[in-house]
This record gives sequence, structure tokens and C-alpha cells, in this order.
Amino acid sequence: MTDLSANPAGGGAPAAKTGGSLYASDARTRRRNAAEKRFRIYGMIAVGIGLAFVVALLGVILVNGTRGFQQTYLTVPVYLDPAKLDKKGERKLEDIKKVSTFGYSPLIDNAIQKILADRGIDGTFEKPKEYRALLSASAAAQVRDYVLADPRVIGETVEFRLLASSRVDGYLKGRVTRESIARDKNISAAHLDLADGMLAAGLMKKTFNWAFITGADASESRPEQAGMGVSMLGSLFMMLVVLGLSLPIGVAASIYLEEFAPKNRFTDLIEVNISNLAAVPSIVFGILGLAVFIQFAHLPQSAPLVGGLVLTLMTLPTIIISTRAALKAVPPSIRDAALGVGASKMQSVFHHVLPLAMPGILTGTIIGLAQALGETAPLLLIGMVGYIASNYPDGIASGFLDPNSAMPAQIYEWAKRADPAYYERAWGGIIILLLFLMTMNIIAIILRRRFERRW
Amino acid sequence: MNDMRILERSVGTKEIKISARGCQVYYGDTHAIKDVDIDIEDKTVTAFIGPSGCGKSTFLRCLNRMNDTIDIARVEGTITLDGEDIYDPKVDPVQLRAKVGMVFQKPNPFPKSIYDNIAYGPRIHGLARTKADLDEIVEKSLRRGALWDEVKDRLDAPGTGLSGGQQQRLCIARAVATEPEVLLMDEPCSALDPIATAQVEELIDELREQYSVVIVTHSMQQAARVSQKTAFFHLGNLVEFGETGQIFTNPSDPRTESYITGRIG
Repeated sequence: MTDLSANPAGGGAPAAKTGGSLYASDARTRRRNAAEKRFRIYGMIAVGIGLAFVVALLGVILVNGTRGFQQTYLTVPVYLDPAKLDKKGERKLEDIKKVSTFGYSPLIDNAIQKILADRGIDGTFEKPKEYRALLSASAAAQVRDYVLADPRVIGETVEFRLLASSRVDGYLKGRVTRESIARDKNISAAHLDLADGMLAAGLMKKTFNWAFITGADASESRPEQAGMGVSMLGSLFMMLVVLGLSLPIGVAASIYLEEFAPKNRFTDLIEVNISNLAAVPSIVFGILGLAVFIQFAHLPQSAPLVGGLVLTLMTLPTIIISTRAALKAVPPSIRDAALGVGASKMQSVFHHVLPLAMPGILTGTIIGLAQALGETAPLLLIGMVGYIASNYPDGIASGFLDPNSAMPAQIYEWAKRADPAYYERAWGGIIILLLFLMTMNIIAIILRRRFERRW
Repeated sequence: MNDMRILERSVGTKEIKISARGCQVYYGDTHAIKDVDIDIEDKTVTAFIGPSGCGKSTFLRCLNRMNDTIDIARVEGTITLDGEDIYDPKVDPVQLRAKVGMVFQKPNPFPKSIYDNIAYGPRIHGLARTKADLDEIVEKSLRRGALWDEVKDRLDAPGTGLSGGQQQRLCIARAVATEPEVLLMDEPCSALDPIATAQVEELIDELREQYSVVIVTHSMQQAARVSQKTAFFHLGNLVEFGETGQIFTNPSDPRTESYITGRIG
């Protein structure tokens, strides 16, 4: 495209230059300008295509994911019948505990029947059991937990805010329609009519789903209960391990390699291998972690500690490469200046070179962490993907050592599940993950700015 | 060029500060400095002149072992400071560099405040016990660097925000802050305009009262103006070394004459 070729005319070239007005552009100039114009257009097209992809991606994520942040609840006053919950009437916790969730379900069924009748909502069922399709399977457990926490409420009527079933929830969000449930054994059109009625009466409400952000994963059959909270903690503990190990190791290794190590074949070899490590597929690190950390070192499976160790292996090359680049970018005149006034090598590095390289190091570290945060493949192999029925970690140690999942693994797990309600949650999870990544990148930019402004 | 001042300048025989014997420097396979013998006197400005690539900067960097930082550089022969071999294995280059300060071609202040630029050397060498001591050192050094009056109101301003000439004087002040005995200057004025150059040259002349100054320069006028002794390097050889006046008016080697008259270089 550029006109670097020599004049084919040879000796005639200088002659062509003579004469001609500055106002009239000659053929060569016109060609050059046209080439430049073409290149600008190509560039704008390229940027436009990139932007279009980003907009499309974000649009799809938002359209699909925002539904995950909404949840339908039923507000039902439930009469906690002493005859059912505490037959002996002694209010002993051991006796009350004997009543399983199956004992609570009829109470809720009756409560729904009652409120429907009270409010005059049409479409009641013959058997109270049929109302169960409106509610999440977790509803009975929720009531039971409430009673066990304070047995004195037995005999009273308490208003509960119960999770709607995923079908009803989907109906309110437009995911489930009367056509789509034609063959669904779990719910019928009559239930949907009832849902319409309850919605109109204000018994059913779609609200912001805090439980999705704070909650734990749930079983296959109750997607309405599933949340990202516990897997977020899993990711957090993994990131703590990654940050705590890869930043000091990576920076120390880079400083040694860049500033102190002799340049010989051995260090060349190390350098090549670090670059190679950066290109190793992450699943390979996963199997390495499985072999070394779990099978050899007998660390617990599915633990964020192991996940963090594996991700540290992955992040180290990124941090080392970016730190070395940042150190290399510090002008040698600064090193000379420090040595010239009698600073030792180490003083010159730690007093002058490292502070100047800091923005680059921080950026590299945060980008490495962001990569690690979004990494799924190595977690497959150390057992952090799958239905890990975990609760919130009890403390710091359990946070590192108890089985847990991670945000991307949780998203992957949900996307695999059959119920479309989980698909919606997977998109919602993606939004949360992206928010974290964006926050990290923004922090990287802010730190960079702040450190650079200091001088 | 044959400034009358040269002739007026009295050069008494002085104590020898740095002495090199049979000094050879190799960069890998390149033989950069060939068998240089030289005696640099105390309280004297010695100028190294010669065409580009003749090895004058390389030799200057040998005098405070800055070449140690270049992996492929190798120095042979002996260089002594006050009779002590600076390449002796027992010598710590850091201690040496505290005695032999250096000013570089490009002004390279630290990206810190003016105060911190000067205070850095005294701090790491433990020259000041209290803040007041340090303040005094900073003021004295900046005065010696002929910069005090210009910056005394903004010692907290970044050193990189000064003009080129001020930056170079800051670097000189920084170098003298550690109380060196020898000051090496590698083309200190090549990045400066004539006014700044004149200021720096005046400064060098004042520094001569306390230090032995060695200056590498491309400008023969500058060598003639500031130095008492001049050494002419060519292709890694020390061709001629003597009184500045004699080198510029009556060189004994034809190569020196060709260089100073502009025929080679």
C-alpha cells in the first residue's frame, strides 16, 4: 500500500520533481493520500466491528441475565397448627424436630387454600396438595426452620414470604407460557390462572432477588433457590491465595531475573520457559494440580486452597512477564544515577526502579488476577465444578479448606442443568462475574493513574 | 581556540589522585581501551577529548567501576585511587562510588523532589544524623551546584520539572552532596544550551578547588576553557596527555594535531 518502490524510470526521477505548482498535487501525492484515506476507513471499520461485538455481547447478557436478578415470592399467612407440629404439646425441641418438612407441607397447602378462599380468588383445587406446584420445594423447609428457631410461635398464624416455584416465577418473567407447559407434569394451566389471580390480589410479587447474590447453590429441582453467594466466597478465597502467592513470588523472580541474574544460557532458558508457561493451556495446570496438590500432597479436594494454588501457577507467568516489561521500561539513566551516587544495586532497585515500575506491575497483577478469576478449566480437574452442596464457610480456615465452587464454575454448572430456570441464572451469574472483572480493571486503571501522578 | 587564559593558567605539580597502568577494557571481543597509562592530579580539571567511539567515556566509567554494570565489559591492568587498587577484590564498588562521584551526559534527576534528589546520597551513606544536618547538606550542595537561589523556594517540586540546565546542575549538586573526592563528568554539557553550558563550566572551575574533576567532552573549546590537563584518545589509545595549553598549541603527536585542527574526528 505504501509507495516505497523505487522509481522504475531510474535516472529520470529527479527531473520529474522540477516545476509544478504547490497548489496542484501530483499523481504520487494523490496516490499516497488515497492510500491513507483507505487505511483510515479500514481502521474505522475494524473499530466499528469490535464495538458492534461488544454491544451485541453486552446486550445479550443484559437481556438474558437481568431476569436472574428477579424472583417471585408468595406472601401467605400460615397457621402453625400445634396438633401437627407438636402432638405431645410439651414444646420440647426434640419432639418438634421429629416433624420433617413433609409434616409442614400440608400446613402451607391449607394456608394457601384459606387465603384464596378469603380473598375470593377463583380456580381453587379440590386437593390442597395441588397448590404445592405454586411453591418452591424449599418453602416447607423455610417454615420448619422458622419454627425450630423459636418453638414458641407454634399455634400462631405467621405471615411467610415463600419462594414461588421456578415455573410460576418463569411465568411471571415470560419464560414459561401456557403453550410451553402443555406437557409439563409439574404444573398446569390452572396453576397459572391461579398465579394471575394471586398477582392481581397482591399475594404474589416479583422483587429484586437478593438471595441470588448471597445464596448458595441448590439442587437440580429447585433453581429458584440457587444463588451465587457461596461460590463468590470460593472465588474470593482463591483470589486471596493467588494474590498472596503470585505477587511476591512473581515480583521477586522478575526483579532477580531482570536486575541481578547474569545473562547466560541458563537464564535464557528460564526466560523461554516462562514465556512457554504463559502459553500452556489452563487445563494442563489443572491436571498438574490434581496430581501434585491432591494426589501427592493430599490437600483436600474441591478446596479453594488447591484452586488458588493451581491458578497461582497460571498467573505467575503473566505477572512475571508484565513485571519484567515494567522493569525494563525504567530508563537505565535512573539506575546509573543511583549507582553514581553510591547506592548499592539493591538500593537502586528498591528505591528507584521498583517505584517507577509499580504501575506496570500492579496492572499486570490485576490483569493476571482477572484472568484467574474467570478461569474454569483447571477447576474441572480438581473437583471445584459440579453440584457442591456447600454452605457458607464457617471461618477463614474453612473458607480455604472446605469444598466450594467458584463463580465461573458455578455458571458452567448452571448452564449444564436441564431446567431453563438455571439457564437464566447462568446469565445472571455472568453479569456478576463481569461486574467483578470490570471492577478489577477499573481498580487497575485508578492505581495506575495514582502512581503515575505522583511524579 | 587558543584562548589566552590557557597560557595564564598556572599548573603546579600536584599530588596524584588517580593513576592507571596498563589499563585494558574489552567489550566481549572488542578491545575498547588499549594499554592506557595516565596520572590524574588532585584539584585539577582533566579533560578527555577525542572522536566518538574512541573510548574516552569507557575509560571514565572505569574510574568508578560503572562498567561493572555491563556484563560483557572486562577491565585489566591496575587503576589506583590514592594508591589503592580500585579493582582489588576487597574493594566494594559502592564505597568507591561514594568517593568517586559521577555526572552523566543526559541530566538524570530522580523522579522525586529536588530536596530528595540531593538528600538521597547523604541518606544512604548516613552522612546526616538529624534533619537539620540533612537540610544543611542540601543547601550547601545546591549552593555549590549554583542552583540554590533558583530553587530554594520550591525544594518540594519535582526535580524532573526543572529546565535541562537546572537539571544538570541538580545532578552535579547531587554528586557533590556525598562529599566525593573525585568527580567524573561524562559530556555534562552536551544536552545543554550555551548559557547553561557556561554556568556548568563556571561551576566546574569552582569545583576544582576541592575536587579532582575529570570531564569527557566533545567540544575542544570546552576542554580548552575548563581544563588544566587534557588527554587525547584515539581508537582506544591514549595518544597524548599533557598540559591543556601545550596540547592545543603545540601537540607532539600528529594525530592530536589533526584532531584539534579538525582533520580527523
